[in-house]
Amino acid sequence: MPDAKPKNLWRFLRFTIGELFHGSPAYWLWVSFLALCVAAGCVAYYLQLRDGLVVTNMTNQVSWGFYISNFTFLVGVAAAAVMLVIPAYIFHRKDIKDVVLMGDTMAIVAVTMAIMFILVDLGRPDRIWHLIPGIGKFNFPQSMLAWDVVVLNGYLFLNFAISFYIVYNHYKMVDPKESHYFPIVILAIFWAISIHTVTAFLYSANSARPFWHNPLLAPRFIASAFASGPAIMAIGLQIIRQVSNYPISQSVIRHLSLVTVVALQVTIFFVGAELFTDFYNESEHGLSARYLFLGLDGHNALQPWIWTAVVLLLIAVTLLMIHPTRNHPWTMNIAFVLTIIGVWIEKGMGLIIPAYVPTPLGEIYEYMPSMTEIVISIGILGFGLLMFTLLAKAALPIQCEFLRATPDNIEDGKLCEPDQAKAT
Amino acid sequence: MTDQEKDGKKQPRDQEFNAARRRFFAKLGGVAVAGASGAAYAAWGGHTLSDTFADFFQKHYRQMTPDEVNDTIERIKRKAQKRYGVDIECADTPAIDGVVFGYALNISKCRGYRDCVHACVEENNLGSDTQYIRVIEMDEGSSNLHAGDHYYDPATVPMEGKYYLPVSCMQCDDPPCVKACPIEATWMEPDGIVVVDYDWCFGCRYCMTACPYQARHFNWGHPDLDPEKINKTTHYLGNRPRPRGVVEKCHFCVQRTRNGDQPACQEACPTGARVFGNLLDPNSEIRYILENKAVFRLKEDLGTEPKFWYFRDA
Repeated sequence: MPDAKPKNLWRFLRFTIGELFHGSPAYWLWVSFLALCVAAGCVAYYLQLRDGLVVTNMTNQVSWGFYISNFTFLVGVAAAAVMLVIPAYIFHRKDIKDVVLMGDTMAIVAVTMAIMFILVDLGRPDRIWHLIPGIGKFNFPQSMLAWDVVVLNGYLFLNFAISFYIVYNHYKMVDPKESHYFPIVILAIFWAISIHTVTAFLYSANSARPFWHNPLLAPRFIASAFASGPAIMAIGLQIIRQVSNYPISQSVIRHLSLVTVVALQVTIFFVGAELFTDFYNESEHGLSARYLFLGLDGHNALQPWIWTAVVLLLIAVTLLMIHPTRNHPWTMNIAFVLTIIGVWIEKGMGLIIPAYVPTPLGEIYEYMPSMTEIVISIGILGFGLLMFTLLAKAALPIQCEFLRATPDNIEDGKLCEPDQAKAT
Repeated sequence: MTDQEKDGKKQPRDQEFNAARRRFFAKLGGVAVAGASGAAYAAWGGHTLSDTFADFFQKHYRQMTPDEVNDTIERIKRKAQKRYGVDIECADTPAIDGVVFGYALNISKCRGYRDCVHACVEENNLGSDTQYIRVIEMDEGSSNLHAGDHYYDPATVPMEGKYYLPVSCMQCDDPPCVKACPIEATWMEPDGIVVVDYDWCFGCRYCMTACPYQARHFNWGHPDLDPEKINKTTHYLGNRPRPRGVVEKCHFCVQRTRNGDQPACQEACPTGARVFGNLLDPNSEIRYILENKAVFRLKEDLGTEPKFWYFRDA
């Protein structure tokens, strides 16, 4: 805990790092479990580096697979942090402002994971420096991938800057100066929309891939991101409330569930609009959609996936549309989980793979991830959760201390009870 | 041309730097060889430390000075010697002024023998999982690619009611793959050939996604070349042995065509279906075809301006 000594950056770092090593057995168990996932991922990645991407199931026909699917989903999760940032900083909702830092943290973690998924997808990660302007050759503004590099790294930096500034000031028991961080917050809000728009443009730019080449892709991306992201945040916040003494008002969860249900309705409408266009007067451009939903020439590997997603999303949206089930903790959380899985399929495998089936020359070649791809992905997921756990572990005591010192900041008057819940 | 001019202006400073860099690497190399050369060998996958260093920091082809290109070519030769035990030649013949290559293919003559495919594999040192040319068996009276057969049995060709459509890189004049590459590892040369710097590409494969013709191929593993069959006449931007984890594609046999020869697929075609030449030469055969035959291009509606035309005998 912060003491009477002068609070400088050095002490701040020492305090936060020290905090990581004080935890209950449950904390250590959780951290070890995640470390194990990361270790497994590292081993699998080592094998991939040694033998090449031939250990994946990707082919010249389906040249992007599970990695890029997960990347796409995570960019959406990162963007969705604005669903806390906007009410907190623009509409000054106190209850949300108390937890907005967790939204920023989730954005940092999701972007980091997204970037890691790109890295493991590269054939020659040793040449990543070719991207650095000046010493490399950065094809900006021509290449949409170059745009994506800019917006993702920029978003990472912005969120890190905001979070660091706020936590550090809270550590010093100073109210962060709004004039200092507000312009960056505004920038970060637009930037969040841009990361997902640019990622959608990355796909929709390709006239070679009719499945993506349509202007609805970016709006669809944003809509499903604002469904899955808040669902993940809501579950994360409830877990934090369980395992720490950090006060999280139920009104925040209610807010997130409302955002989720609205975004889900829009998502389902958009998907329906695309299906109508693809199937009413079916053309060769609709073959990918046919493959995804109905199978093509006896190939239907993705059919069970997409129908699972459709069913999950429909159940989720129904549960969240009915007031009693939206407000009941059980049904609400079930709806959140279904939303996350449903969007992960729809925005991941369901969006990336069909663009390659059939190929632009009409060939059908099916794809399912290999064990290596799955283990590496689990490793990255583990890394992300570990990163979130550690960041939260370091930041929460500081937040609690600050909130305790300024009780008017807490809406329902709940306080961080010092050391009461520390055991868990 | 403009790029070369730009390079020319930069040259003095670069040369100074490179001389220093070479001296540095030479010393490193000396140390590696004089010292525990055995250990260094194993640790760097059979390469000297200096080669490994130089490989890692190798510049983009179009940013290299002539000296650097020569150094790089020497390294390429050493690598081929170490991996395959063959001495290759590796040229960097530039584009010829006043030449833009184009291709025309007579569908009426193509019988689907795939001799072009195999000649290309041999000429261009392709691994066993890579073919730059794909011949599709199409239903007569239909241009639906999805209904075509990519894996027809060559023993039975030509089949009644079918025609054959060979597809390879169209060398688009507005290539979506070049636009897609985030690090300019692929570009169009002055003679219209879209090439890849295999030592610059970092294998993101976005170009493969962008290509409407399935013309780009990735080295998922290390290309499995038979040392006996390696074509030793190679070009930096063409058929030199490729590393793992990078994209490659048809380059109109740049190692042959810039020396005035025909591409391997053209030479191999037993029916004379293929016509290759200089689009800027009004007396060329390809110009005659473009001006006198009912030519069409595959997926012309996408606006990528392919320099590859199809036609039929009327």
